[in-house]
Amino acid sequence: MSVTATASAGTAVEQYCTFWVADLFFGVAVAEVQEVLRAQPMTPVPRAAGAVTGLINLRGQIVTAVDLRVRLGLPPRASDQLPMNVIVRSRGEVVSLLVDDIGDVIDTAGVDGQPAPANMPRKVQDLVCKERGVLPLADAILLVLDADRAVDVSTASDNPGGTP
Amino acid sequence: MDDDAEIIAEFLVESHENLDQLDRDLVELEQQPGSRERLSSIFRTIHTIKGTSGFLAFNRLEQLTHVGETLLSRLRDGDAVMTPAVTGALLSMVDTVRALLDGIERTGKDTDPTVDVLPLVAVIEGLLEDGLPTTASSSTPPADETSPVDEVSAIDEAAEEPDVSPAASSVAPSNRSDDVPLAAATDVVVDAETPETDAGWDGVDRRTRVESSVRVDIDLLDDLVDLVGELVLTRNQLVQRSLGSADVELVRASQRLDLVASELQESVMKTRMQPIGQVWSKFPRVVRDLSHQLGRDVDLVMEGQETELDRSLLEAVKDPLTHLVRNSLDHGIERPEDRLAAGKSAKGTLSLRAFHESGQVVVEITDDGKGIDPERIAAVALERGVVTRDQLSQMDSREVLGLIFRPGFSTAAAVSNISGRGVGMDVVRTNIERIGGSVDVTSEIGRGTTTRVRIPLTLAIIPALVVGEGEERYAIPQANLVELVRIEGDDLRRQVEDIAGAPVLRLRGKLLPLVSLSEILGGPAPEGESVTVVVLQSDEVRFGLCVSTVFDTQEIVVKPIGRQLKGLAMYAGATIMGDGRVALILDVAGTAVTAGVGSAQQETADTRAVAADDRTALLVLEVADGRRAALPLTAVSRLEEFSQDRIERSGASEVVQYRDGLLPLVRLATAIGLVDTSSRTDQISVVVHETAGAAGGAVGIVIDRVLDVVDVAIVSSHVGRRDGVTGSAVVQDRVTDLVDLAAVVARSGVPA
Repeated sequence: MSVTATASAGTAVEQYCTFWVADLFFGVAVAEVQEVLRAQPMTPVPRAAGAVTGLINLRGQIVTAVDLRVRLGLPPRASDQLPMNVIVRSRGEVVSLLVDDIGDVIDTAGVDGQPAPANMPRKVQDLVCKERGVLPLADAILLVLDADRAVDVSTASDNPGGTP
Repeated sequence: MDDDAEIIAEFLVESHENLDQLDRDLVELEQQPGSRERLSSIFRTIHTIKGTSGFLAFNRLEQLTHVGETLLSRLRDGDAVMTPAVTGALLSMVDTVRALLDGIERTGKDTDPTVDVLPLVAVIEGLLEDGLPTTASSSTPPADETSPVDEVSAIDEAAEEPDVSPAASSVAPSNRSDDVPLAAATDVVVDAETPETDAGWDGVDRRTRVESSVRVDIDLLDDLVDLVGELVLTRNQLVQRSLGSADVELVRASQRLDLVASELQESVMKTRMQPIGQVWSKFPRVVRDLSHQLGRDVDLVMEGQETELDRSLLEAVKDPLTHLVRNSLDHGIERPEDRLAAGKSAKGTLSLRAFHESGQVVVEITDDGKGIDPERIAAVALERGVVTRDQLSQMDSREVLGLIFRPGFSTAAAVSNISGRGVGMDVVRTNIERIGGSVDVTSEIGRGTTTRVRIPLTLAIIPALVVGEGEERYAIPQANLVELVRIEGDDLRRQVEDIAGAPVLRLRGKLLPLVSLSEILGGPAPEGESVTVVVLQSDEVRFGLCVSTVFDTQEIVVKPIGRQLKGLAMYAGATIMGDGRVALILDVAGTAVTAGVGSAQQETADTRAVAADDRTALLVLEVADGRRAALPLTAVSRLEEFSQDRIERSGASEVVQYRDGLLPLVRLATAIGLVDTSSRTDQISVVVHETAGAAGGAVGIVIDRVLDVVDVAIVSSHVGRRDGVTGSAVVQDRVTDLVDLAAVVARSGVPA
């Protein structure tokens, strides 16, 4: 990707689909989000990377669900708390991001992105979009999620299941 | 412009099909030189290509097909007879036409300078001028052809009409092309065929085929298959619900839906089916060329061309089948003199047979050659280090024959350019297993060899056994299923034993390694008074999978799984069950590897480890002016090219700006102790390796160029071991350095 292309794409993105993971307020560009769903029946995949919670049936298509809490190095959700699915398109595949709660679609026109604060945990910084960074809104700070990196569990260092 | 491109694309598709037919016709023509059917068919094909190429202004193609057509029309009209020289010229014409068409496909023009048509045109014109009229004017047919005399006169009569029609058809486009655009003109070419076929022998046949079929985009068919898959799943859910319903109308409607959906599914799958004859159509030519080259005399017999296979599978078996055919000619069928000495007829027979058997397509390749001597196989396998003497002593002769499928095995005394590179048969097996098929060999010394390839009918929908473990269900492809065994009570204690901690089952006198599905999936070891063993076979590996529940067999729709799970060899995909839940499909070969169950002959722990780990995808690179090095493909995240002027220096190291950061560069040649030659061009090729460390950085490894990606079993040797190199291996017949990635990355200063 060339630098100019990302810059122009970056300025064009102003609408974000937002959600919470623990107390972190994230946003994904609306164009990357296919839909948002309640908790779905999940088929676990033994031996898969820790962040892969399982597979869901999205109208006949098999979609891998990746738990953002695990990707961000956060403690697991309380057992009575059901995750929501943010279905995103990433590199030609459809992947579900498991999050805690869904927020509104917000317009961030006029707010400039800033680099992720250096004191944030490494795993959180890793998943913040390099181009858009962090958007300080009036009532909250929005972290723009790099969905491609979030679903790429192969680079994650946590891999308790291990691949044979 | 776009219209043009479309017409050219259609012309290419049509011509390629026609050329395949042509190859077949020409070889048959050589065997029955007088056949009018063949000649007419060939003439028509060339005529069609000529017509269209003239229209699309492919002048060189037109020039070539024009002389070819003239030669053919003489043959057809009986003014000339087939001689080896004529056949040779016609075959080279077909090859050159093909080369020109390839050029057109690439560039849109037929002016590819590497393809020279003039010499061939001269040869054919030479044949037209001197070779042929003498044969025709002498009016005495060659000695072996007395009967065609009558035929020649018959041709004269029949030929009158076709003689007129080409002229008529060549006028037609020019009349129309002024007001009617190109698309209509291609129709004209097809129309022009019809008057000829009416006069010819197979007019009706051909005409109905043209009129009753349409070309459909493959993507559209694939979409249809997906949609039908979904429909079937919805049907399953609905039928399950309606079973308990008191609403009679609903039950009736769902039953009807059940039937219709099944039939629809079947029909849609049929649209993707193509006869295996499409792949075979190339074989007469392959066999002819090879047997000439090898000095063999071979009859090719083909049976069951109409047997149909899913088109994706057809594509996948093309190369393996070609290889097997070549192998039979090269290693199987003897030279005529050897055959006579062995008391056989001088002419060998190679037969291809395709048929359906228990939901699979079986392709048999049989030759009546010298057969395979198990003792010789055993000796060679020992010599090449494919097996140890111990392992060999435990094999029966069928298993010994199976050794030819092992990597690194080849008995050809000399490496020929046909086969015998020692990479063939294992690649054949890998490719066939990849699509869920299997291959085995039986042979009788002195009598011949039969290779049997089993291929599933389709990849998209397969019969599977559904088993339960824990809360979940798993599907096991029925193709791998041998039998189900349930053992209870006393039998359990008597028949299941531990050998050094590994459970084995005594099954009819043979020891079967047992693997627990629960344990493979990371759960506890099963306990209880009974076990259900699913006996599975994945080529040479047979093992028992202990499962807690067996449900039933059903047709499942195979769905791909995301790239997050691609590294897991255990799963072949996933499917959706009747209740809408997702179930994983086990890959039996991958499960065997995961469970550490080696092949039946490899019983010791370390050879197992070799079997499990050794097949690796490698990126093969060129460094230091022609030296080869390889990296595991999994370590490669991207390939990039940078121009030399983007390289900047930071401290002692080279870096480029990359993805808003700095990418440190390491010259691979230098890192592995060779002379660096990567700077000779304006662009440098870089393999981007993302390091797994906490820093999560990336390193660019500078190479000369990427040669290939290969999937091989590495037999690594410590030869050549040095800084940056863990050893070397033979990859694609060449010694290749295996790069020690950690050492190379360390040179960049990025933590590995």
